[in-house]
Amino acid sequence: MFASPLRWNDVWLMLQGAGVTLSLTFWAVLGGTLLGLILGVVRPSSRWWVSAMIGFVLDIFRSVPLLIQLVLVNSFNSIVGLRLPVFTVACVALALYTAAYCAEVVRSGVLAVPLTTRRAARSLGMSWWQDITSIVLPMGMRVMLPTWIGLTLGVMKDTALVLWIGVAELLKTSQSIITRTQEPLLVLAIAGLIYFVISYPIARAGMRLEKKWNTQ
Amino acid sequence: MIEVSDVRKSFGKLEVLKGINLTVKKGEVLSMIGGSGSGKSTMLMCINGLEPIQSGRIVVDGIDVHAKSTDLNHLRKRIGIVFQQWNAFPHLTVLENVMLAPRKVLKKNRQEAEQIAVRHLKHVGLGEKLKVFPSRLSGGQQQRMAIARALAMSPDYMLFDEVTSALDPQLVGEVLDTMRMLSKEGMTMIVVTHEMRFAREVSDRVAYFHQGKIHEIGSPEQIFGSPNQPETANFLKSVHGA
Repeated sequence: MFASPLRWNDVWLMLQGAGVTLSLTFWAVLGGTLLGLILGVVRPSSRWWVSAMIGFVLDIFRSVPLLIQLVLVNSFNSIVGLRLPVFTVACVALALYTAAYCAEVVRSGVLAVPLTTRRAARSLGMSWWQDITSIVLPMGMRVMLPTWIGLTLGVMKDTALVLWIGVAELLKTSQSIITRTQEPLLVLAIAGLIYFVISYPIARAGMRLEKKWNTQ
Repeated sequence: MIEVSDVRKSFGKLEVLKGINLTVKKGEVLSMIGGSGSGKSTMLMCINGLEPIQSGRIVVDGIDVHAKSTDLNHLRKRIGIVFQQWNAFPHLTVLENVMLAPRKVLKKNRQEAEQIAVRHLKHVGLGEKLKVFPSRLSGGQQQRMAIARALAMSPDYMLFDEVTSALDPQLVGEVLDTMRMLSKEGMTMIVVTHEMRFAREVSDRVAYFHQGKIHEIGSPEQIFGSPNQPETANFLKSVHGA
């Protein structure tokens, strides 16, 4: 194929790597979004020192390069002897990193809901929790969505960094194929195309949802 | 019955309510008038516990609003409030806006909640707008929706906090008409308002708030016709002059 040492089998390997990238992204975004939701909702209505503490921890996760976090979490796993598979370690580290950003996304969404609207909800006898689930999150969602989509796409591309702790995702697979075939441009072009094919539908879906909400 | 006794309330160092005493009986319409910052809106917020008080007591049908043991969510089912900013829930249709609290708070099923909502929306003249989102409504329509939303909880009391102040002048009438209708139906109402004609025509009693106190309270005829206090007379003169 392609009159080069690259074989169909290699493309198949890359697709498998893409599968790993996808599932890393899925778990990281799922875990990160859940944790981020909790932190982002709780923080604005908690005491100042709780909020300050949460803020400080999140700042750490957002300020230290992801690569260093991955290596540290991986080493922690070995030192403490948790013996978690390296894939799990990668998911955990990525989820924490995602949560730190997601918490800010959620917080800005929550703060975008006017206090008077929340007051109106409470005045109807709705509890704090009913206010959050029926009013604040659905309304805040419209503010959060574009940033959240951006975050998801960012995390998807950041998963490439886990090759440093030995997870064979798309980029790692591509690299080993490059080593054998000496066809870096072609292989990287294919890898790039695969990343694009994954990202594009997510971005499109986000845009369509936004458009739908805007017509209300 | 709403009984307010010696209520004091501060925002930081600023005391906005300086010992308020007031009783509102079932079926009565009380208007609260006065300059901005006189404490009348704050008084409303305290009555359904949206704002805490520093001392005194507010008792609604025997329930102490600010007692620690009081379930405010439960109490608020019985006290509807409509705000100056109509505060529509923008992500829900008009019908869903009104259905939400009956479903979540009163635990009605979808069908029951919808019946209640449709009934109240028709009552305030929004029967044609059920499936519309609030952003498509005029201010007056949104405010009437807010009234229907509060009424859907079948409250015993309705509080109105300057509900026409943010409306374009030509939209004020339709909201006042809705409130007039409620008063004729015997709803117990406390109305904070700058609409003096409305206060005079609809109220059983009028309270003039001045510097955090009820400076004068009496029948509309007395307050508007022959106020006892010079401050009341001055205020009314300034409002009529505007």
